[in-house]
Amino acid sequence: MIRIEHINKKFKKLLALKDINAQFEKGQVISLIGPNGSGKTTLIKSILGMVKPDSGKIFFNDEPINGDPSYRSLIGYMPQIGRYPDNMKVGQLFKMLRNIRNVAADRMDEELIEKFALKQIFDKPMRTLSGGTRQKVSAALAFLFNPDVLILDEPTAGLDPLSSEILKEKILKEKSKNKLILITSHILSDLDELTTHIMYLQEGKMEFFKEIEQLREESGELKLGKAIARIMKGEKFNSGWIDKMFVLKDSSREIKNEDHA
Amino acid sequence: MLKLSKYVLYDIVRSKVVLAYTAFLFLVSFSLFNMEENSSKAILSLLNIILIVVPLISMIFTTIHYYNSYEFIELMLSQPMSRRIILLSEYGGVTLSLLSSFLIGVGIPVLLYSPDSVGFSLLFTGICLTFVFTSLAFLTSVKARDKARGIGFSLLIWFYFALIYDGLILLILFNFNDYPLEKATLVLSALNPIDLGRISIMLKMDVSALMGYTGALYKDFFGSGSGILFTVGIMLLWIILPLWWALRVFKKKDL
Repeated sequence: MIRIEHINKKFKKLLALKDINAQFEKGQVISLIGPNGSGKTTLIKSILGMVKPDSGKIFFNDEPINGDPSYRSLIGYMPQIGRYPDNMKVGQLFKMLRNIRNVAADRMDEELIEKFALKQIFDKPMRTLSGGTRQKVSAALAFLFNPDVLILDEPTAGLDPLSSEILKEKILKEKSKNKLILITSHILSDLDELTTHIMYLQEGKMEFFKEIEQLREESGELKLGKAIARIMKGEKFNSGWIDKMFVLKDSSREIKNEDHA
Repeated sequence: MLKLSKYVLYDIVRSKVVLAYTAFLFLVSFSLFNMEENSSKAILSLLNIILIVVPLISMIFTTIHYYNSYEFIELMLSQPMSRRIILLSEYGGVTLSLLSSFLIGVGIPVLLYSPDSVGFSLLFTGICLTFVFTSLAFLTSVKARDKARGIGFSLLIWFYFALIYDGLILLILFNFNDYPLEKATLVLSALNPIDLGRISIMLKMDVSALMGYTGALYKDFFGSGSGILFTVGIMLLWIILPLWWALRVFKKKDL
């Protein structure tokens, strides 16, 4: 569905993407992982046409994305930080996007609006919303038009556990509808249940792009986080950030356990 | 495109700056027409205010609006909308609101007190300047990375066209007054939309008699049919070129 060929992107001196090649198909859930600043968001924005690569091509359904924006009607995008017009009310925002997208009402997917109880805040201006609520609005917008491709940039960051669970269920449901889903996240345990493929980026380079089964076999680990850590250590990648994350997680778990005790 | 412009317009009307601008123009025009006995004197005073205020407000308002609607633009970019349409709808929304302010604030008083050729050319100049400086403001906002720079550049451009340019022309005329400069000043005036607007109105008034030989030459040129075409053509270039450049930059921009 999406094919990426030799994408390069530089921001001034910073090399954001370096010769990325990949092909994503329907029914796949691809996790983009890597340390902060490794180019995940840049890659996503390139697919959306918000960032223009210096060289290379991106194909959507075998059509190069250059100029014609109509392919974006098949994409639902949930940004990392949802920024919306301050004066607009939540209800107006939904109305406006409906108006722009022009999708028939029966093809609309309002499940998340209902589950996040967004109807109750329809008359609140966007600027009064908290970060988490904004995130819910972004998520509801991404799923609203029932797109074939979902691009979710850190979808669960900032959501409370309940909402994050709702969102995960929704993603699983869409996965079963044979859609292509691209996710970036630092919370590997969230990805564990969802993902079919892992793409690991570091300093703009794609270190590997593997099926999760293959990854598990190669590493002998069932947990995604540990599997990745093992692979990276085996291949001598800089896996410091993942180690640190486990240390943090373990210590927080210990603190929690102590609390319980 | 109209759909998007509608939302842009809606957002602008809510901000109330445009309402204040309308009220200001309306008050100034009305009080000038009431204070001066002679309506052409009032037009002359009004002209001087319009030549300063319209470019200034167009530039600053557009620049601030662009940076304030950055989120909106970002949101639209993730939708099936081309960049050209997004920027043109923004342009359409901004010019439409500024123009309606101008036409209500200045147009109504002029139609009431001085509905003659001078009055209409004043309105024409105001409309052109609104378009021109909105285009220029779009160019600066698309080029400048942050709000402070954008507003700074906008002010600089306004300052250049409203004040510095005239000073430079005076300097040239003063230093080269031994040479026949009439044709050269004609060209120089075309390089500044504010001057072009000023000249095309002044020549419709009696004051042009005070401008001596240059005034006569100007009257000869700008009064003729080809002169009017020249004015309109140059104004159109001033509107289209910056906007076209802004579109080109915007299409390649990373957001």
